[in-house]
Amino acid sequence: MSALTVLATSPGGGEFHAPGLELFQWDSFAGEGGPTWFAKPALLASLGVLILIVVAFASFAKPKMVPRGVQGIGELGYLFVRDQIARPFLGKDADRFMPFLFSLFFFVWIMNLFGVIPVAQLPVTSRMAFPAVLALMVYVMFLYYGIKTQGFGGFLKNMTVPPGLPKWVYIMATPIEFLSTFILRPFTHAVRLMGNMLAGHILLALFSVVAYHFLVEQLTPLGAPVGVLGVVMTIVFTAFEMFIQFLQAYVFAFLASMFLGEALHPAH
Amino acid sequence: MITAASLLAAPKEETFNPLLPDLGELIFGGVAFIVVLLVVGKLLTPRIQKTLEDRADAIEGGLKRAEDAQAEAQRTLAQYREQLAEARHEAARLREEAREQGAQIKAELREEAQAEARRLIEAAHAQIEADRQQAMSQLRGEIGRLSTDLASRIVGESLEDEARQRRIVDRFLDELESSNTQAVR
Repeated sequence: MSALTVLATSPGGGEFHAPGLELFQWDSFAGEGGPTWFAKPALLASLGVLILIVVAFASFAKPKMVPRGVQGIGELGYLFVRDQIARPFLGKDADRFMPFLFSLFFFVWIMNLFGVIPVAQLPVTSRMAFPAVLALMVYVMFLYYGIKTQGFGGFLKNMTVPPGLPKWVYIMATPIEFLSTFILRPFTHAVRLMGNMLAGHILLALFSVVAYHFLVEQLTPLGAPVGVLGVVMTIVFTAFEMFIQFLQAYVFAFLASMFLGEALHPAH
Repeated sequence: MITAASLLAAPKEETFNPLLPDLGELIFGGVAFIVVLLVVGKLLTPRIQKTLEDRADAIEGGLKRAEDAQAEAQRTLAQYREQLAEARHEAARLREEAREQGAQIKAELREEAQAEARRLIEAAHAQIEADRQQAMSQLRGEIGRLSTDLASRIVGESLEDEARQRRIVDRFLDELESSNTQAVR
């Protein structure tokens, strides 16, 4: 950062500002003092919901025995979620939870995707509220199905007392397990997604700001190569970011499936 | 001066913590996801689930059904064969029974016929015997009369004493008869 600042400030007057958290703060559409949620993230989220519903309708509204066009793509998505996310953890219960996991994966993915869609350019999931509410739902389902299938005591014991350890280890292991499973889990679940999207977006913004600053605002012979590097890195990181967006959506749904699997099928 | 950073973002005065969710946004996000869950999850996902199931059923299940149908056909064939064998057996048994019954009826009829014939023959014999007796007694009277007539004509005297006359005739006839039966035997 300091090298960039030096490069930027040395020839001309314009100060280089690295983008930061202000990227994720948006004024309410209702103006000063309006509801804080009524802003760009909510607009993009609504658009994402609309796109999801339209694509899902196009794919699955009247499914044919022999898939054609959009249905084929939709089925690919469905089979991916079923075989890679639901079945490994849920087994025979997979079909029952597919509506939830399928919606969850694609909801998170499209919210992530807004980070690289031109004009939108904001991963909605980088706003803590979105991952938080999803993680909360998963957490509530985890508790509900855990207590329902294993009973309150059994669920607590299965989750906090891992079998096969020497007795004295439990003095440490059980509180740690309890903390990680029942207290930290929803938090880490949400923060993992939010943090990845936030960091990725800052990185992308940084490279594009570098490119803009050194090629447009402060075009100098010394700065120009840095600007070109910025362009190249923006392109490379956009591709990388698309991969991360998919991966994080996958990880989020994967963990949700794993938690539900733990709740439904206690380890023996 | 307008910088790229200020173009990209809308800065705010107060300190912003990215880990703290905005409550309004939290509710909005929840509603947005529930909309997706209801429309995509609850309404549309079951359709594709059903289609995939139907397809798997059409492929795997088709093979399974063909196998089942074949097994069923085999079973039915075996059943039919068994029934056929049973029917043949039954028919043979019925035939045998009918034959036995027929033989029995024939035997019964024959016996009845024989009995009837015997009865008829006996009746005929009795009739003949009776006729013979009758003829004999008639003949006896006739011959007696004729012989007395003849004898009286030959001897020229009438045998008034009828009792004696009869005795003579009887004696004569008995002699005749015994010689006759001896001749018959």
